[in-house]
Amino acid sequence: MAWQRKILRVNLTKGTCVSEPLNMQWAQEYLGQRGLGTKYLVAETDPKVDPLSADNKLIFATGPLTGTMASTGGRFSVITKGPLTGAIACSNSGGYWGAELKMAGWDMVIFEGKSAKPVYLFIENDKVELRDAAHLWGKTVWVTEDTIKKAHQDPQIKVSSIGRAGESQVLYAAVVNDLHRAAGRSGVGAVMGSKNLKAIAVRGTKGVAGIANPKEFQKATMEAKKILAGNPVTGQGLPTYGTQVLMNVINESGAMPTRNHRDIQFEDARKISAEAMHEKRPTDGKANLVTNQACFGCTIACGRISKLDEKHFSVADKPQYWGASGGLEYEAAWALGSNTGVGDLEALTYVNFLCNEDGFDPISFGATVSAAMELYEMGVITDKQTGGVALKFGSAEALVKMTEMTAKGEGFGKELAQGSKRLCAKYGHPELSMTVKGQEFPAYDSRGIQGMGLAYATSNRGACHLRGYTVASEILGVPIKTDPLQTEGKAGLVKAFQDATAVFDSSGLCLFTSFAWTLNEVQPQLQAACEGDWSLDKLNLVGERIWNMERQYNNAAGFTHKDDNLPPRLLTEPAKTGPAKGLVNGLDKMLPEYYQMRGWSPEGVPTKETVQRLGL
Amino acid sequence: MQKSLHIDPAKCTGCMQCEMACSYENYGVFNNSKSRIKVFEFHNTGRKVPYTCTQCDEAWCLHACPVEAIVIDAATGAKYVLEDVCVGCKVCTIACPFGTVNYVQDTGKVQKCDLCFGEPACAEACPTAAITYIDADWTGLERMRQWADKLDNQPQA
Repeated sequence: MAWQRKILRVNLTKGTCVSEPLNMQWAQEYLGQRGLGTKYLVAETDPKVDPLSADNKLIFATGPLTGTMASTGGRFSVITKGPLTGAIACSNSGGYWGAELKMAGWDMVIFEGKSAKPVYLFIENDKVELRDAAHLWGKTVWVTEDTIKKAHQDPQIKVSSIGRAGESQVLYAAVVNDLHRAAGRSGVGAVMGSKNLKAIAVRGTKGVAGIANPKEFQKATMEAKKILAGNPVTGQGLPTYGTQVLMNVINESGAMPTRNHRDIQFEDARKISAEAMHEKRPTDGKANLVTNQACFGCTIACGRISKLDEKHFSVADKPQYWGASGGLEYEAAWALGSNTGVGDLEALTYVNFLCNEDGFDPISFGATVSAAMELYEMGVITDKQTGGVALKFGSAEALVKMTEMTAKGEGFGKELAQGSKRLCAKYGHPELSMTVKGQEFPAYDSRGIQGMGLAYATSNRGACHLRGYTVASEILGVPIKTDPLQTEGKAGLVKAFQDATAVFDSSGLCLFTSFAWTLNEVQPQLQAACEGDWSLDKLNLVGERIWNMERQYNNAAGFTHKDDNLPPRLLTEPAKTGPAKGLVNGLDKMLPEYYQMRGWSPEGVPTKETVQRLGL
Repeated sequence: MQKSLHIDPAKCTGCMQCEMACSYENYGVFNNSKSRIKVFEFHNTGRKVPYTCTQCDEAWCLHACPVEAIVIDAATGAKYVLEDVCVGCKVCTIACPFGTVNYVQDTGKVQKCDLCFGEPACAEACPTAAITYIDADWTGLERMRQWADKLDNQPQA
């Protein structure tokens, strides 16, 4: 039993903390983390609930492999109904916090209700209490974490918290743990803020015991680690260059969204790439990148730790940002850089620090700024709204200013806090919002990578690369190479990626292992760790079950097949350059086949047979 | 030949596989708080440093123990704790200049690295060779080799 078999239910309205047994039947059907946490949310809340009301719940869930020696076994998910989308929100994070929660003896924490005043939850194994957080409210993630550790006189405490963005309910606010790891997307931090919950501080000294078959487990995890080490992506590319290894690759593939997706290649991609992070700066002779860093249990170590140029305009008078901290990942570098046309590596690094420090998603934020830049260039948004800031594509100064304003909730930052869908609608140009179901696109343009168009359109949490990363197949050839410019065969590819991803996300493992592993490598680890049957057939079924459960929740929340769509720009404005020149996304060629393969009606509803087959 | 744990902090990524391996080897549980090797992360500089007992020849912990619960393993040279002799007085934790002997609340005894009696689990688990178990007389060999490699002499026929 790799599960701790125990969940913590915290009622913030009543101020109570209660231990409950984990529903082990559900664990057998939904595995853990994303699957199991979502099952609890679906069972306990009305899909029509207002995401920012006391009736919504917020769930932190670990997986059966979290806190074990399985490589990357440190993940957890934050599950709730998302305020940005109104759909299921499920954001995954690494760092050390998830393993600490598991080692404190808990599989999951469910928050319900709303506290009358700011509080934080303190967990020390079985001892659990809500504590006053009045002194932490208004403070950044970085200050909060430091203050809590000092107050408890325990540097080994791990903290997950919201910054000012979560408090002021920025619709894409994140929950940040270990200073710079984040459950980043869909506004899970805003839900936490709406509940007046500032932080969860955990110290766990019980550990994870009771692995079903310890000898087999050690053997299986060791074998799997060897595969990661031997794979060129997980063994060399990611540790050396991080996810930023993709910057030049995707740009050359003509799939790099640029200036709010007006272009799909960025002329300054080289300047903000992994390679640039390694190079010595002419200004101070030091590289932006200090070192790589692993999350708990991870033998890949793709994390970036960066240090800014102290003379750079963004931080020249701010010595508090001169130390090392979480550096640029590909998604942040793209959204803050290519999509705003800003090719200034130091500015992007600083802005990324701020996203971590005050807890908001750099993808949705960068994409919202880029939409605002387009509206500014059209003259729809003017200096009157921006407070005199010339919000032009390519302006690092404007980007820095907008980030500081959003972090603090000042001026035009309050409008950016609403996300691009609401911003563009407000100014009469909903078509310029590059979103699906209200969530901004990540770093792959679906005109240059056709399968991703279908993956975005059907993703259960709105536009997202982490629900079905067909980039792996279409660009990198993992596990098999497919043509990124073709729509044929993509329906099946997307479905297979979506279902398999649901299993990775429910086990406690990082999805990045899937550059080297398929479920064939995950299966022996789960089988050795968990009691019961965890055959490949069962895992495939569990993945598909989770996907359909999320879909049913969204359908009940009011989404229909009409929401499985892309913005008109991607469907009608052909790519201007690169291999995809002349192409739009062929969603209409893929979607009907996808519904059919899913066993859904033409309206995107799982049929009776499908529901029955999956035991939903 | 005696071997010793050799730590190259520059190679450490902070993954904690060593801590888990240590706790699993000694207590059968994945529990970093029971590990005898600790990885320190210095956030402001990005440095990570694994730290554990260096098995001093002049073992202050051993000399300080009033009940002779810390003894030397002849095969490895490791100083290890006889759990059934230890009385939990913690004087060794004061005597150790490096802080690598520590009290365990659950057992009421102290614990320290015992080199797993010749097959250190931490070294085996480390994915980047930041922790290795090598000839005690030649812990500098790899660094010497790296410097030697920098000589640009050409082989002569």
